[in-house]
Amino acid sequence: MENNTGATTLERSFEKVNEILKKHGYQPSNLIAILQEIQAEYRYLPEEILTYVATALGVSPAYVYGVATFYAQFSLTPKGKHIIRVCDGTACHVKGSSQVLKVIRETLGLEEGKDTTDDLLFTVETVACVGACALAPVITIDDQVYGLLDEKKVREIIEAILEQEGGK
Amino acid sequence: MHFKDRAALEGYIEQLKSRPQPRRVLVCMGTGCLAKGAQKVYQSFVETLQRKGLNVEVDMDTSESSRHFALCSTGCMGICETGPRVRIEPEGIQYLRVSPEDVEEIVEETLEKGNIVYRLVQQETINGETRYWPLVKDDPFYRKQVRVVLRNCGSIDPESIDEYLRNDGYRALAKVVTSMTPDEVIAEVTKSGLRGRGGGGFPTGRKWQFARMVKADLKYVVCNGDEGDPGAFMNRCLMEGDPHAVLEGLAIAGYAIGAREGFIYVRAEYPLAVNRLRKAIESAYQAGLLGENILGSDFSFDIHIKEGAGAFVCGEETALIASIEGKRGMPRPRPPYPAQSGLWGKPTIINNVETLANVPQIILNGAEWFRSFGTPSSPGTKTFALTGKVKNTGLVEVPMGITLRELVFEVGGGIPGNKSFKAVQIGGPSGGCLTEAHLDLPIDYDSLCSAGAIMGSGGLVVLDEDTCIVEVARFFMSFTQSESCGKCVPCREGTKHLLGLLQKIVNGTASMEDLELLEETAQVVKDASLCGLGKTAPNPVLTTLRYFRDEYIDHIVHRICPAHVCQAMKEYRIDPEKCKSCGKCARVCPVKCISGRPRIPYVIDQDRCIKCGSCFEACPFDAITVEWRRKNHE
Ligand SMILES: Cc1cc2nc3c(=O)[nH]c(=O)nc-3n(C[C@H](O)[C@H](O)[C@H](O)COP(=O)(O)O)c2cc1C
Ligand code: FES
Ligand code: FES
Repeated sequence: MENNTGATTLERSFEKVNEILKKHGYQPSNLIAILQEIQAEYRYLPEEILTYVATALGVSPAYVYGVATFYAQFSLTPKGKHIIRVCDGTACHVKGSSQVLKVIRETLGLEEGKDTTDDLLFTVETVACVGACALAPVITIDDQVYGLLDEKKVREIIEAILEQEGGK
Repeated sequence: MHFKDRAALEGYIEQLKSRPQPRRVLVCMGTGCLAKGAQKVYQSFVETLQRKGLNVEVDMDTSESSRHFALCSTGCMGICETGPRVRIEPEGIQYLRVSPEDVEEIVEETLEKGNIVYRLVQQETINGETRYWPLVKDDPFYRKQVRVVLRNCGSIDPESIDEYLRNDGYRALAKVVTSMTPDEVIAEVTKSGLRGRGGGGFPTGRKWQFARMVKADLKYVVCNGDEGDPGAFMNRCLMEGDPHAVLEGLAIAGYAIGAREGFIYVRAEYPLAVNRLRKAIESAYQAGLLGENILGSDFSFDIHIKEGAGAFVCGEETALIASIEGKRGMPRPRPPYPAQSGLWGKPTIINNVETLANVPQIILNGAEWFRSFGTPSSPGTKTFALTGKVKNTGLVEVPMGITLRELVFEVGGGIPGNKSFKAVQIGGPSGGCLTEAHLDLPIDYDSLCSAGAIMGSGGLVVLDEDTCIVEVARFFMSFTQSESCGKCVPCREGTKHLLGLLQKIVNGTASMEDLELLEETAQVVKDASLCGLGKTAPNPVLTTLRYFRDEYIDHIVHRICPAHVCQAMKEYRIDPEKCKSCGKCARVCPVKCISGRPRIPYVIDQDRCIKCGSCFEACPFDAITVEWRRKNHE
């Protein structure tokens, strides 16, 4: 079963990955942009694709892996469909971002140590400032910014998405 | 249009300027206002104006008819908390917190009849008397500001090159490439005294001079739009609100040092900035203001965007270079400086977004004009992201040398909720805290340095009495610790150690020896780290120790948190009068520190209590109280 899905992902990946690699002229200097586009496509960076990219660019897999693990944006494990980023920048921190994070995790039923829900609907992460500090505390969901939050507002926002997803 | 030469550009600009301006409705589409629903407000204007048969021109308009309006979306107007914001020109009427339902009234009252809708206006109640500030120019928030860099931000459509041109856009570039030598450009910038706005305050002219002198076949210029500082968003607003100014500055820098290629490095968290920059680049190419032989001169220049991928250390020059080359963004020792050997080993200058946005203004108006703002050693203005416990949070630009008091209490409107001012944290995670004693300190590079803080890129977080200084220091340390790239030991291990010590203090388990250790380790990390990240990471600790040592001692010796923030300094107690000895609390206590017997009130062992609050929630008789520890009952 696992092997099966693995194989189909792989096949599917190579096509897309080839396109992306080609667009960037197989340039190692474009590695970050290449990985960004691959991640946009698959929501994470599957290991076999990293190896493939390394070969295609003529660099070592360790090099690609090194870059993929260095930057906060990249994930080597599958991420949820909706990415919730809780800002924990200075302004948000002094205005109560920890409480916001707590409420989100509670609402989604995320246990400690887990950032992605089992149904792969949500991933929750903290980021250092999304640059909308005047609206602190701030979260983003799939790049949409929500500001001036309190417990009640956060809960409503998350529940609205949950409802939408459930209703489909 | 595609401008063949300078005359064609100047002619077009004159033509744009001579057209009568229709009434303009500006709707802010900065990140802040978008988050509060500006898109719907804009849409509502489109529909309402059309429904009423008024002509809307989304672009600039040539007609003089009073039934013509230009509807225009802009970048951040500066005071996002009160968004969505709408401004009406030429009168300069500003409306706050506009919802789609308000639009009809604005159109009828203001656009058609010329009346002000007072309920949407900035207001302030002093001694029971309400005052209104319907006009931008009267608003206390703008009164002390001088907008050089932000002059277009919030008043032009960042996606229209015509709007930029009409405000003298690209005239500086035209002047430079057709009538000045690179040395003359550098001389002018040097004379202006412009210092890098990215934090260090290094003289921009001198940096360019270094790179100009190096002989090389290729050179690069890079605009640093990483802005990783938590609490800072000035560069974001500039890139979103006036992207052409950044491009123009970068091209002029390229001309000055002899580069033909430039990069803008923008962090991935700023998708709107990336989009607007891309659009701007595209229209600049179409207009012949980028690319081959700009305005018929020998100067050719290309600009590429590189998106970062979330690493604070990539703001550091050498790490940023590695990142553009597609590698891990690790810093390397300097020298060689990037001006000698940077991107792909070629001479490279790196400048901050705001530094570059100043350049066209200096070229157009001259170094003397620029020096008329600010102080002799720090000329010009500085943008700040004013946030935290202050009334008018937002984006501001003030002349250098303004005092902290003016900035926080006049521009910022003071502290909300009748709380008292405690400190400002300036310069982000590499900056420091300033206190009440510094309120009259002029803000410029040198005075800040002497007080142990730095300008940084301009993040300014106001802290009130409810903020715990030790917790803030811990917060910054946890930021730098997790962002340390790990290459050098002092930073990698030192920041971890410092964080551990701060955590201990916050948890109420530290001793005075730990405090000594904290101070010593901070000094070592500062002295021994490889790059700016580690060298400055201890600053928040060192400055708070300097100005708020008592508060550290309160946490360690008295186990109290004066600001009532650190949870470990709470105390749960059982009121013997109310306790019915039911034992529910003892059963839920995860550490079994509550004991008692039937008919005898239960007690909590304070030494073992972990302040989880389970007993408090479990008690059916409200017999358990929470109190903040105070000095006297120790
Ligand atoms: C850890 C670290 C992060 C930095 N982040 C930024 C940044 O986000 N933006 C920036 O312009 N400069 C940043 N700098 C400073 C740059 O290295 C560099 O000094 C600056 O971009 C030079 O431009 P300027 O001379 O115009 O100020 C950072 C420095 C360090 C050590
Ligand atoms: S600190 Fe949260 S948006 Fe900047
Ligand atoms: S985003 Fe609209 S005022 Fe800042």
